[in-house]
Amino acid sequence: MSTTQKAQVVLRLQGVTKRFGPVTANENVSFDLHRGEVIALLGENGAGKTTLMNILFGQYTADAGSVELFGVPLPPGAPRAALDAGVGMVHQHFTLADNLAVWENIVLGVDHLTAPSLKPREVKARIRDLSQRFHLKVDPDARVGQLTVGERQRVEILKALYRDARILILDEPTAVLTPQEAEALFATLREAIASGLAVIFISHKLHEVMSISHRVIVLRHGKLVAERATDTTNREELAALMVGAEVSAPTIAASPPGAPLLSLRAVSTPDQGAAPGLKALDLDLCAGQITGLAGVSGNGQAALSDLLSGLIRPANGEMQLHGTTPHRWSPRTAIANGIARIPEDRHKTGTIADFDLTENAILETYATRFSRRGWMNWPKARAFAESLIKTYDVRCPGPDIRIRLLSGGNMQKLILGRVLEEAPDIILANQPVRGLDIGAVNYVHSMLAQARDRGAAVLLISEDLDEIMRLSDVTHVISEGRLSPAFARGTMRPEELGSWMAGHGFDSHGITPGGPDAA
Amino acid sequence: MDLLDILLSASFWAAAIRIASPLIFATLGELICERAGVLNLGIEGIMVAGAFAGWIAVWAGLPLWGGVAVAMLTGMMLGLVHSILSVPFGLSQHVVGIGLTLLATSLTFYTYRVVLPEVSSPPKITAFQPYEIPLLADLPLVGPALFSQTPLTYAGFILAALTALVLYRTPLGLAVRAAGENPSAVAAQGLSVTAIRMGAVIVGSGFMAVGGAFLTLSAFDSFFFDMVNGRGWICIALVVFGAWRPGKAVLGAILFAAFDALQIRLQQTGIGAVVPYQVFLMLPYFLSILALVVMSRRAEVPAALMVPFNKGER
Repeated sequence: MSTTQKAQVVLRLQGVTKRFGPVTANENVSFDLHRGEVIALLGENGAGKTTLMNILFGQYTADAGSVELFGVPLPPGAPRAALDAGVGMVHQHFTLADNLAVWENIVLGVDHLTAPSLKPREVKARIRDLSQRFHLKVDPDARVGQLTVGERQRVEILKALYRDARILILDEPTAVLTPQEAEALFATLREAIASGLAVIFISHKLHEVMSISHRVIVLRHGKLVAERATDTTNREELAALMVGAEVSAPTIAASPPGAPLLSLRAVSTPDQGAAPGLKALDLDLCAGQITGLAGVSGNGQAALSDLLSGLIRPANGEMQLHGTTPHRWSPRTAIANGIARIPEDRHKTGTIADFDLTENAILETYATRFSRRGWMNWPKARAFAESLIKTYDVRCPGPDIRIRLLSGGNMQKLILGRVLEEAPDIILANQPVRGLDIGAVNYVHSMLAQARDRGAAVLLISEDLDEIMRLSDVTHVISEGRLSPAFARGTMRPEELGSWMAGHGFDSHGITPGGPDAA
Repeated sequence: MDLLDILLSASFWAAAIRIASPLIFATLGELICERAGVLNLGIEGIMVAGAFAGWIAVWAGLPLWGGVAVAMLTGMMLGLVHSILSVPFGLSQHVVGIGLTLLATSLTFYTYRVVLPEVSSPPKITAFQPYEIPLLADLPLVGPALFSQTPLTYAGFILAALTALVLYRTPLGLAVRAAGENPSAVAAQGLSVTAIRMGAVIVGSGFMAVGGAFLTLSAFDSFFFDMVNGRGWICIALVVFGAWRPGKAVLGAILFAAFDALQIRLQQTGIGAVVPYQVFLMLPYFLSILALVVMSRRAEVPAALMVPFNKGER
């Protein structure tokens, strides 16, 4: 951008350094952000992006260096200073209160606590006005707990705009969005930039970085290793800069399918609150095949994954496992039948945060493989954990530390190892790479592909179409508990899948809640 | 027939409101603490301390409202102790609360003995007298039941309305509720979760102490060791019953009090001659548990209740 030369500098970081004991999280980081500019901040997990943003927001105090906002030095360690100066941040993990209304979440902290009234009517009017101007559709009276992830993100952005933010920081904003939603977000951002907003865009997704940013700043091990004008670089170069070596995504060749290991015929499950159940679903998971399940979250993925995990039973229809109908379906029988699970939420259901790595490594098998006559065999368990750490490259000080101290990628590697070591026939991988960096993503993907080549049937549930299209041998789209036909690898464009994800196509294909036969 | 007569009598409802009054104060106090994310099990002890502090202050010569203020200040000091341990130090709220109840109760008895070393029966004070609100008190049934109470009862209802107003209509109340739902959201706005939670616990504890003081300054005119008698624990249940909403919590307090007033009257009827009186004593608690089970099904617990907030922890 030639205009950036003349544009006002809104944020200037100079020589920012932050150490935690022996670990250097940021070392001598300097850059400028201009009015109307989008900087992409690129780096793997642990590269120091979050620390940098926390320094900006006064959560941490830098050991050296300075931060200037609109030419004024930012007082260190003052959380409100950045907010008051017009910096808004949309965190990767939304900071919204579920039981409060949208407008309440937006207005929280805007007025001084001694102000006599919240003035709900004025607040809501302003929210409606903003949401119209920036195409951020959301009902101010809705409770946040009832919103989809995409809508929650809109609330976060509205929160920043409501405060007249002039700098917007987005941490992994598209990790949870459909392609259409991501496109809408970009449209919103372009509009905001045109009106003078400056944006720092933190992401792992290189194609997004290429499409939305003007400049790219790459952090590695806390250091700023490269700064590029976006139109002078390319995805390959950025990926290499990020990890410090040439990387290539694993190429996953097609493979001939084997016999179906798990079949669902006209299976229905009851709705669970706002989340739809399955509606007369037909699905085959075949040996040696990765079946992708695309869809916006909250469209029946949870029901399907609960069903396969043994948490719920089909209300109607038939489920066949290895050609027979399983008796007394429960998580225990699911594990016994060779179904391995990589749960969607590794913090909530995948691990126990305050257990150490050894204990987490044996969560599913402690009773069978690691105990005798009711007594735990800890040396064996610990040896198993150590072998997982080694084989699956889990970076950690050792098997005795609490798993909450691990990064998401390393946590996921441990779960992956735990699952794959059992040589399962069927692998249920629910959002296996959510929030992971490029290195970890490639690793998880290649391990799933290996499991497939060994003959396992893999069900890959993901909201990331890139991931689905790269890995899956066949793809289904799920929408409101209904399943699209199977699309073979390479036969669909992302836009077509996106349209199925939005719920189009089901009716014209005669897929109604009553099932294809009913039409 | 008897039951209907009781339910239609003004004196029954007047008694219910009177019995409900200390519960209303203390329930509001607990509700404020819990809305901010802190379970305050010190409530029982704080009520004992409030009952004593208000009474002894009036006995020493302060006016009745001065006694209320002294009780409130006593409660706030105990609340300060609770909040320091439970909020910045993040200690177990159960342990802190039960410890505070034990501490406050024994400290009260100790002080009682120090101040009145040689009395066999505690001295009496002149308590709040019923004040009939002009015009309203003349309404049938409602008049004598609602509008012929002591000023402290009126204060309880006003406090309930004020609490609801502050919680739902002011930035402060929003911050308190958000601190109990998702403290990170509060911290992300640059507000201090610690200050908000500590403030809520201190103010809430003050209300609890006034609830205790109602017993010595309005319901009775003296202080007895076991006069609070588990009312604090009832208030914990009433907060759940009221689904953490001030209005519903007040209704719950009145409902519980009505059961209590009812059982006393039922003992004097024909059924009372047949059924052992312990059954009647049990009645309000039994019905409360029943109501609690039914009502709290859909209640939304503040999501961060009892979760200490440590800035920057994963």
